[in-house]
Amino acid sequence: MADQKLIVIVENCTGCGICEGVCPYGAIEVVDGIAVVYENCTFCGICVESCSFEALELVGGEGAEKKEAPTGYSGIMVYGEVLNGKLSRVSLEILGVARRLAEKRKCDVTALLIGNDVKRFAPDLIRYGADRVIVAERNDLDRFVDERYADIFSKVVEQYRPEIVIGGATAVGRALFPRVAAILKTGLTADCTDFDIEEETGLLLQTRPAFGGNIMATIKTEYTRPQMATVRPRVFKPLPPENREGEIIEFHCDGYSPSFYKAVIDVLVTEGENVNLEDADIIVSGGRGVGSKENFKIIFDLAKELNAAVGASRAAVDAGWIPYPHQVGQTGKTVSPKVYIACGISGAIQHQAGMKSSDFIIAINKDPNAPIFDIADLGIVGDLFEVIPELIKEIRKRRGN
Amino acid sequence: MNIVVCIKQVPDTQDVKMDPERGTLIREGVKSIVNPFDLYAIEEGLRIKERMGRGRVVVMTMGPPQAEDALREAIAMGADHGILISDRTFAGADTLATSYTLAKSIEKLGSPWIIICGKQAMDGDTAQVGPELATWLNFPQITYVSKIIDMGDNRIKVERLTDYGYDIVESSLPCVITVNKEINEPRLPSLRGMMKAKKFKAEVWDSSSVEVDRRYIGLDGSPTRVVSIFAPPVKKGGEKYHGEPDELARHIARKLEEIKII
Repeated sequence: MADQKLIVIVENCTGCGICEGVCPYGAIEVVDGIAVVYENCTFCGICVESCSFEALELVGGEGAEKKEAPTGYSGIMVYGEVLNGKLSRVSLEILGVARRLAEKRKCDVTALLIGNDVKRFAPDLIRYGADRVIVAERNDLDRFVDERYADIFSKVVEQYRPEIVIGGATAVGRALFPRVAAILKTGLTADCTDFDIEEETGLLLQTRPAFGGNIMATIKTEYTRPQMATVRPRVFKPLPPENREGEIIEFHCDGYSPSFYKAVIDVLVTEGENVNLEDADIIVSGGRGVGSKENFKIIFDLAKELNAAVGASRAAVDAGWIPYPHQVGQTGKTVSPKVYIACGISGAIQHQAGMKSSDFIIAINKDPNAPIFDIADLGIVGDLFEVIPELIKEIRKRRGN
Repeated sequence: MNIVVCIKQVPDTQDVKMDPERGTLIREGVKSIVNPFDLYAIEEGLRIKERMGRGRVVVMTMGPPQAEDALREAIAMGADHGILISDRTFAGADTLATSYTLAKSIEKLGSPWIIICGKQAMDGDTAQVGPELATWLNFPQITYVSKIIDMGDNRIKVERLTDYGYDIVESSLPCVITVNKEINEPRLPSLRGMMKAKKFKAEVWDSSSVEVDRRYIGLDGSPTRVVSIFAPPVKKGGEKYHGEPDELARHIARKLEEIKII
């Protein structure tokens, strides 16, 4: 809003500093006992609400036109991601949360499949909560090519006008959704961990972690449609599958001829399944304490025993013991498995940012003061090279073989 | 031909915490840094120039006046030119408005050969500005690039990290790539670079120098709005055991049984 201002009413300001603390942008600070507003203020109004002394006021902006959300949008659309010929689990998780939201909003849930030979997944999407499935198949959609998928996706949205569009915050989702949002010029919230419907407005409340998980923020898209969001995998649980009725609609779309060239010319599937950390139920992770590339075998051995994926701390990756796709943490992946077993990982805050939302954390570390123990549900003070072989034996014993 | 690198100045997130009792941000001693992923983007820009023997590395950032410091760091690493996009009316932008303003700035700059961004900024972690920027420019995008295999005047071939491994992707240029840390090892500033950085003054572009549609900039052009912030639930440590390896292993196995893993 062109001429908006945040005013500090000096006589009311006590310099208590609450506004300074709530500002997500660091745009207000108490200087010499009085709040001072900086240039990076976005007029979000959070400080105004937080002030107990009515010392802050938003003024101006009257010149700006009154905004209203476009009408004619309804329902929730869930993107059904198919990766390497498999329907990704996060799509089913999202159907679960979409059903809950649809009940509140009294609307339908539509799933969208894009690809070549993907119609076969439509019945699964219905069983897990979709009322209808739109299938956009074309023979040039075999591999994920951002621009082609985004072109079709945006055309489906323009035709069916969902109010809310949600997909997984996967490598594909985090490339596709921003492309679609920018085509549609609408709002997108990344990596959400919670949703609700605001009662008075019916708007989608999108909650996500920011600042490496140190802060949670709730975000709204008020004046553009659809309201788009991606969801962190494994945060929600799929509903139990049911035999439900659902409609399957084929969406035909030809005539994609961009002014540029783009193609996936080869696909390298990394050996084994132990690197898809975002989808794993169990992750066994190794850090500096593992000591060498050769020693990582013990981490892989335990992972194999538990049918788990293998993770690593930044220290282990930077030392060249294990490739980057295994890295968990701020500059690696963010994971939330059922069980995370941290072996020889001290647990720096950057590592914690990538794994602390795991359901159950087990830490094995020689150093009883390692920060990982502050967040571990089960802390094991011991040498991983002694404990893990015993653990493998113990697991086999309990399984009875 | 411009090798454009888009960077962001971010608060060092490990310093940003919430006071769980007051529900307020603790920002004491929070320093500003160049977003870590952007260092890989700057490095890759410099390497393209060195390998190809041509091109100009132009670093761009949008932010308040102090974001000039982020550009200065890029100059110290060896970037040729730094542009600060800064205006009161650009403030409060979400990813869509930010990417729009960057796109308009790149159009003003002209002759883009390639545009490089970090995979994501570590304050927001959205990974949206790169793809949204590509869309506004109507350029192809390649996210999570871990290696440039081949590059010419009009064509690039890269390795892109996926959830199952890697895709080998080919694209026409100009395009927008976002890079992860696998791509290179960012260099430290050289002495010459530091001398240059010392004297560096950013070229500042504001809303009078970048041609923008006011509907898409700043707070007003941002479809998303933060309505509240709060502290995440505090995670506390649980039981902790010392003892013999076999005994410790039994503690773990018992727990795994309890939570039905084995």
